[in-house]
Amino acid sequence: MSNLQAGTISAISNDQAGILGEWRSILDASSASRGVSPLELAQQTEEFLRLVIAGAADGTATGGVAGANWAEARAFLERLSRSRALLGFDSQHTASFIFSLKRPLFARVQAAYKDGDAALADQLWAVSELIDSLGMHTIQTFQKTREEVIKRQQEELLELSTPVVKLWEGVLALPMIGTLDSQRTQVVMESLLQRIVDTGSEIAIIDITGVPTVDTLVAQHLLKTVTAIRLMGADCIISGVRPQIAQTIVHLGLDLAGIVTKANLADALKLALQRSGLTVTRAV
Amino acid sequence: MERIPILRMGNFLLVTIQVDMHDQLALTLQDDLSERINATSARGVLLDISALDMVDSFIGRMIGTISGLSRIMDAHTVLVGMQPAVAITLVELGMNLPGVLTALDVERGMKLLRDRVASE
Repeated sequence: MSNLQAGTISAISNDQAGILGEWRSILDASSASRGVSPLELAQQTEEFLRLVIAGAADGTATGGVAGANWAEARAFLERLSRSRALLGFDSQHTASFIFSLKRPLFARVQAAYKDGDAALADQLWAVSELIDSLGMHTIQTFQKTREEVIKRQQEELLELSTPVVKLWEGVLALPMIGTLDSQRTQVVMESLLQRIVDTGSEIAIIDITGVPTVDTLVAQHLLKTVTAIRLMGADCIISGVRPQIAQTIVHLGLDLAGIVTKANLADALKLALQRSGLTVTRAV
Repeated sequence: MERIPILRMGNFLLVTIQVDMHDQLALTLQDDLSERINATSARGVLLDISALDMVDSFIGRMIGTISGLSRIMDAHTVLVGMQPAVAITLVELGMNLPGVLTALDVERGMKLLRDRVASE
C-alpha cells in the first residue's frame, strides 16, 4: 500500500471541521445513519477522523491497516459495527458510514496537489485503498457480530424448545416440537433424565406430535432416550404418533419393540395413571 | 485390599458402590458377590450406584455379568439410582443391559425385589 505523504495528511488535518461537515451532510443525505442520534453521530465521525489522521501520521509501521498504528482505529470500528449490528442496521448502511468519508477526503487531496498529476493520482489511490480496507474491516466485524447473535439465538431456541412438564405426581411429559437431531436429542435427554432424578418420577411421556418427520436417525435417537430412561429405573411412553408417522415407521421397517406407544397424550396419561394405581372418575 | 461391602438384609443382598470403580475392584466384587449369594442363598441383589458418576464399558459389562450370574443362582438383580450422565454414557456405548431390572431409588428397588420374589 502506498503511504500517505505528509502533504496529504496536513491537508486533511488542517481542515477537519470542513471534512466533518461534508461527511455528516453526505451521511444525512444517504440516510445511512438513521436511528443514530445526531450527537452520537457527531462524536463518532469526529473520533474516527481523529483516529484516521493519527494512524496515517504514524507512518513507521507497515502492513496497512493491520499494523499497530491502526490498532485504535480498528478497535473503534469494531465497537461501531458491533453497536450498529445490535441496533439492527444492515451491512450496507454500516459500510457507507466509512465509505462516505471518501468524497471529502478526495476533495482535500485534490486541492492539495493542484499541479502534480502523478502525485495526485498516487495520493488518491492511497486514500482510496485506506478507506476501502477500513471499510472491509468494519464489514468483517459486522458479519461476525451478526453470526454471534444468530448462534446465541439458536442456543436459546434449543433450550426453549425442550420444556419438561409435570403432568401428575410421578408423571413427567416432554412435548417435542421441531426436527430431532443429535444435538437436540442430547439436550432433551439430559434435561429429562435430570428431572426424573430431581422429582423421582417413575413415568416419562415423550410426546412427538410436534415432530414433523421420523426417519431412521430420529427413531434411533428416540430409542436411545427410552433406553437411558429405563436404565435409570423409570418407564417411558411415546405418545402423539400420527398416522403418517406410523406409516413411515412401518415402511422403514423400524423396530420399536419394547417401547410403549400411544396415539395421543391423553391415552398416555391414562396409561400412566393406571400404572400408578390411580383412576379418574366423574364426580356425579 | 480395597473391597466393596456386601450387606445382608433378610434374603436380599445390598451392595452400595461409593468409591470410584476400577477394574480390579469390579472383578473382586463379582467374585465376592457370587460367593455370598451361594453362601446365603439370597433371592435378590440390590446394586446401588447412585454415588457412581463415571462408567466405562468394563464397568457396564460388570453390571451385566453380575445380573446374569445372580440370575443363574436364582437371585434377581435390581440396579438403582443410576445418574443421568451414567445412563447416557451406557446408551452411547451401546450397552442397553437387557434383562437387568432398574429402579429410581433404594426404596423402590426393594419394593420391586419383594414383588418379584413374592410372585414366584
